[in-house]
Amino acid sequence: MGLSRSSTGAELVKEHKQNDNACVIALAGNPNVGKSTVFNLLTGLNQHTGNWPGKTVSNARGKCRSINREYELVDIPGTYSLLAQSEEERIARDFICFGGEEAVLLVCDAVCLERNMNLLIQAAEASKKLLVCVNLMDEAKRKGIKLDLERLSELLNLPVIGISAKKKSSRDVILAALDKVAEDRPQDEYEVEYPAEIENAIQSLKDQVQKISGGKLRTRWLCLKLLEGDSEIIKQANEYLNGELEKAEELLYAAHTEREKLIEQGIDSEKFQDMIATSISKRAAELARAAVSHEQGAYSTRDRKIDKLLTGKLVGYPLMLLLLLLVFYITIAGANYPSQLLSTALFALEEKIRLLLTSLNAPWWFTGLLVDGVYRVLAWVVSVMLPPMAIFFPLFTLLEDAGYLPRVAYNLDNPFHKCKACGKQALTMCMGFGCNAAGVIGCRIIDSERERLLAILTNSFVPCNGRFPMLITVMTMFFTGTVIGGASNFLSALMLTAFIVLSVVFSFLATKLLSSTLLKGKPSSFVLEMPPYRRPNIAQVIVRSIFDRTLFVLGRAVAVAAPAGAVIWLMAHVHIYGESLISIFANFLDPLGKFMGLDGVILIAFILGFPANEIVLPIMLMAYTAAGSLTEPGTIMEIKEILLQNGWSWITALCTMLFSLFHWPCSTTVLTIKKETGSRKWTLLSAILPTIAGFICCSLAAALARLITA
Amino acid sequence: MKYELVSLDKLLPGQKAIVSHLTKSGPMRRRLQDIGLTENTAVECEGRSPGGDPAAYLIKSALIALRDEDSRDVLVKIKREE
Repeated sequence: MGLSRSSTGAELVKEHKQNDNACVIALAGNPNVGKSTVFNLLTGLNQHTGNWPGKTVSNARGKCRSINREYELVDIPGTYSLLAQSEEERIARDFICFGGEEAVLLVCDAVCLERNMNLLIQAAEASKKLLVCVNLMDEAKRKGIKLDLERLSELLNLPVIGISAKKKSSRDVILAALDKVAEDRPQDEYEVEYPAEIENAIQSLKDQVQKISGGKLRTRWLCLKLLEGDSEIIKQANEYLNGELEKAEELLYAAHTEREKLIEQGIDSEKFQDMIATSISKRAAELARAAVSHEQGAYSTRDRKIDKLLTGKLVGYPLMLLLLLLVFYITIAGANYPSQLLSTALFALEEKIRLLLTSLNAPWWFTGLLVDGVYRVLAWVVSVMLPPMAIFFPLFTLLEDAGYLPRVAYNLDNPFHKCKACGKQALTMCMGFGCNAAGVIGCRIIDSERERLLAILTNSFVPCNGRFPMLITVMTMFFTGTVIGGASNFLSALMLTAFIVLSVVFSFLATKLLSSTLLKGKPSSFVLEMPPYRRPNIAQVIVRSIFDRTLFVLGRAVAVAAPAGAVIWLMAHVHIYGESLISIFANFLDPLGKFMGLDGVILIAFILGFPANEIVLPIMLMAYTAAGSLTEPGTIMEIKEILLQNGWSWITALCTMLFSLFHWPCSTTVLTIKKETGSRKWTLLSAILPTIAGFICCSLAAALARLITA
Repeated sequence: MKYELVSLDKLLPGQKAIVSHLTKSGPMRRRLQDIGLTENTAVECEGRSPGGDPAAYLIKSALIALRDEDSRDVLVKIKREE
């Protein structure tokens, strides 16, 4: 589900509430406090969060039950503050401020509780039912940090529980506390003491605000927003109060007068916000002093040593490349055998189906459409895609869970900075390796609109998982497969890494190009938290990467591969004036294809592969085999034979790989870009930009190759 | 004890300091306050990225990366060796 700026917290609650008896709970907290672990603990692992690398990018939902209540949990984006700046923070703020009677479960990190206080205090001011859940108690204990949660609860006048989300027993603790919060009446207002000028202004608005909001919104909080003149929130508060606020002319006038008075005292809106932030952080420090008794470095010597290595001046970059190489090597070497096994099994089944259909006297076109069209493309997609994905995704998730990805962003911020972009683009780029559409959604973590657009528009320059199998297959056939033994896998990994580096370089170039032409502007601030290294939970990594990612992506590919197989079969068998549709189109595109070192069929395959990149190679083979010889695709070298018969050379292979790196994004990604940018212009540009890059690359490579071989 | 007032980006890896005040106004000021850079908070520079910028700081038990152009707006007190 996509969330837009227009959806207010109240609407979100309504949207999420599918069952009237269920109580909606918003799961909030700073980034990296283990919110997703708490979510999984409560809802069970069978609730797949659909959470892509690094961040909760859309609100995951899940149900859970205590003995006598049912809850709907909504995992809202991590944020440091309710003074929202980015899109994600806005979503979180709206949920907490306009969630109404529903409760907020605020997850904090026991290891650095004081940092979490800022959000905690703001949430306490704005929400009506808040349960503070201090996570990672075990980690804090190991690090010698003592927490007095009872004292904290007393000072806050709010329920506070301590848990370790990795422990199953924590589930009952949370549910029992939730039950109590849900049954109790709304909590008393939490009051932060502000400087006298602000307190006086609040006093003079308080009664009127209370009358109008009727207790639906927190009085002091709404007073502050009126005084601040935050028009966006005021508008939403008005909608939430069914337009009562805009009718209250007396109150609006009083707020205006109080604002003027504050300005007379030298407190303009900036100073006002500043005073509030300072008061809150002062209170946060007081609370931390009272509740945290012995806080020594959470940044352990072990982490410090690892960081010295992974982000070191000399070895930081080489280690990054080496890790990439290692991931690809394991993927390629590990996928070989299962791929062949699957392929043999699925094509043996093809014969069985054909025989069955023949024995049922099915017409030839039916068998052709179903077996040669739909089934064969499906079998291809599954056997070529599934094994590398099932290896790559868990490896990637492992690196992510261990805490390595933020270090990549840290290492790569300098070049991104030089392109006037945000270092977090490195994170969205990494997400792009998994799926470009996910990468595009992930760009929400970037605050500045300009930098977010840069990251969105250049995301599809890095190849997604759907493009890896084709890259690997083609390079094995024409470049590295001739080498005997294990060295071939290593060479493939090396070559793939080189291609990835090329794509990253192009991504930088495109970013630079955009930021010096259409998207000019100053780089905005960059704040990136690097969480402690954590030992990943292997079981969770496997479950999450296989079910959430692998099967999701595979399912999507299968869903589009089936109709595409039918279309291509029809195109090969519907004849106009004795010529099949496919050869008409292929002949038409052939000159352009040849110019780019490709041919007409390859271009058609890429065009028909618009719904999903995974089906490009199967379509290509279908087109070749349906048009001429009917060789059954089997081992990789048999496929090479088919390609060679159709005029492929190493140049064709190279250009196909280049075009696979740089062409239009798949339909899912294009739709996502449209949704995220809300603009046709940018969506069009995001498709044109990589296509032009691909056209130039291929044409140049082809021209150079012709020069060499001539 | 003598203190010297410098901007945060001047801190060398391993060096510790106490936040004095922020010089920039606007959203960045808020962002810096959100991550814990308020008066009297202890900070320590932990290192620099391979490209030289940004640098990583330990602020309230969390490791946070900041670019020099942003950390320049944070003034900190360091103990001066006599």
